[in-house]
Amino acid sequence: MMIQFNPADLIAILPELVLLGATCAILLVDLFLKPAQRDITHWLSIATIALTAFFVWRGAPAVGEGVSAFNGMFLHDGISVVLKQFILLTSGLSLFYARNYMRDRALWIGELYLLILFATLGMMLLVSAGSLITAYLGLELLALSSYALVALNRDSAASAEAAIKYFVLGALASGLLLYGMSMIYGATGTLDLARISALIGQVEHPGWLAFGLVFMVAGIAFKMGAAPFHMWLPDVYHGAPTAITVFIGSAPKIAAFGLAYRLLEGALGPLSGQWTLMLAILAVLSLAVGNLFAIAQSNLKRMLAYSTISHVGFMLLGFVGGSPAGFSAAMFYIISYTMTATVAFGMIALLARAGFECEEIDDFKGLNQRSPWYAAIMGISMFSLAGVPPLFGFFAKLLVLKSAIDAGFLWLAIVAIIFAIIGIYYYLRVVKVMYFDAAADDAKIPLPADLPLRWVISLNGLALVVLGIAWGPLFDWCNRAFGV
Amino acid sequence: MITLAHFLSLGALLFCIAVAGIFINRKNVIVLLMCIELMLLAVNTNFVAFSRYLGDPAGQVFVFFILTVAAAEAAIGLAILVVLFRNRATIDVTAIDTLKG
Repeated sequence: MMIQFNPADLIAILPELVLLGATCAILLVDLFLKPAQRDITHWLSIATIALTAFFVWRGAPAVGEGVSAFNGMFLHDGISVVLKQFILLTSGLSLFYARNYMRDRALWIGELYLLILFATLGMMLLVSAGSLITAYLGLELLALSSYALVALNRDSAASAEAAIKYFVLGALASGLLLYGMSMIYGATGTLDLARISALIGQVEHPGWLAFGLVFMVAGIAFKMGAAPFHMWLPDVYHGAPTAITVFIGSAPKIAAFGLAYRLLEGALGPLSGQWTLMLAILAVLSLAVGNLFAIAQSNLKRMLAYSTISHVGFMLLGFVGGSPAGFSAAMFYIISYTMTATVAFGMIALLARAGFECEEIDDFKGLNQRSPWYAAIMGISMFSLAGVPPLFGFFAKLLVLKSAIDAGFLWLAIVAIIFAIIGIYYYLRVVKVMYFDAAADDAKIPLPADLPLRWVISLNGLALVVLGIAWGPLFDWCNRAFGV
Repeated sequence: MITLAHFLSLGALLFCIAVAGIFINRKNVIVLLMCIELMLLAVNTNFVAFSRYLGDPAGQVFVFFILTVAAAEAAIGLAILVVLFRNRATIDVTAIDTLKG
């Protein structure tokens, strides 16, 4: 194969180039800013994300006309466009939610923005990966930035502990994934995802392929946080500063969907008979572990971490069908989950102030008397996570359940519904604490007056209602991306 | 005569030592970082062996990328370790257990 440079390929990666260039510029600008001028970095970062989203929208390929650039290393198709838009949206939201929280704790430093922007770049590369190399590099750019973000609060023993756990288990996951990749490479003789898929039928050593598949599924499950590879997730969500939890709990989940889709369906699609069964087992374990352990938590961040595990299990229901309709439902689910999780984590960041983390469920006692509006927004997000109609989370659950039943996994759908009902208990406990318990003494202190933050979190909460009622256009968009 | 199978066995052995090291080690976080490096080197052995066997240089190109990322990963891992030590005055694995619920 002759390797040639085609200048038109640069058009395909224009959004990534814009993001990279602007991030490097912000890196330089931030060096010359005084701490009091940090707002410049803040708004420049948000403008960068908006500009990148604009270029993603401008460069979106026509329906069903995905292109590959750089000799198949980079895929530019409908799926990557949808995923990138929501990665950029949730990264931007977490920047809004981080400002107030980090400023209160003297953590409002330029590194916060740079690491989030570089992690976003990694996620964008990851969801566009057309080769094992780009998938690995995108994943590591995301992972290395996330490790550093979790350790951002250098004076906190909990942050340091969360960071070292995240680092060791994240590196272990990368190792498993890479070992799987090396076996797949050995069996097929190529790193290109599309060619792996084409050559899978005629490999000499199917044993290597099966070996590689198991390791790759384990690595992907680690990165997603699916049980039984979930042990890092509650500790990391709990130990990281809340503003960072908002970020690592949202956008990387969309990227993890992209990783799973590109590697499992893009490269190993012909083996779907084998991996759908593995994912079905992971889904059942995640639903069970996530929902049952969440009940026992008194810390809201930990509870939401276990709820994440259960939602990953729900998303995997879409994968077990192995059909485009199933992937579309899974993508819709992960978008709905991240939009809802940003509200829930963002609310913890909004209510926290210096010296008070507001991360215990009891800290939400009497929020309704203190601020009915934010209690309502938090309530919407809890109901949406629980899957109560007519909110966003309900239709997402409905669609993945339908795709699992269509694929013949009726037992899996029944298990999922049972655990979803168990899950409603701990979401409603938060609502009960907010509305029916008396506020603690120190609850008279006013809410932070950061106007952009209050507006954005309100809009984000209202979006859960609007998208719950008018979910059709978004679902059509997902379907078009997968050609359903 | 050293064949592909020998290299794959070496890679698998190194990988198993690394994983066992991560799970059995109860002493020191630095040993964990060494195990992570060993794991990536086991993968590199695999890639180079396959690349040579298949006569395809792409696998060796991947190895360069893995080596580069491993260097960055070690730097971040050691930096986190320094933060941990400054907060805790210990890097004993058994002492890293305050986060639970």
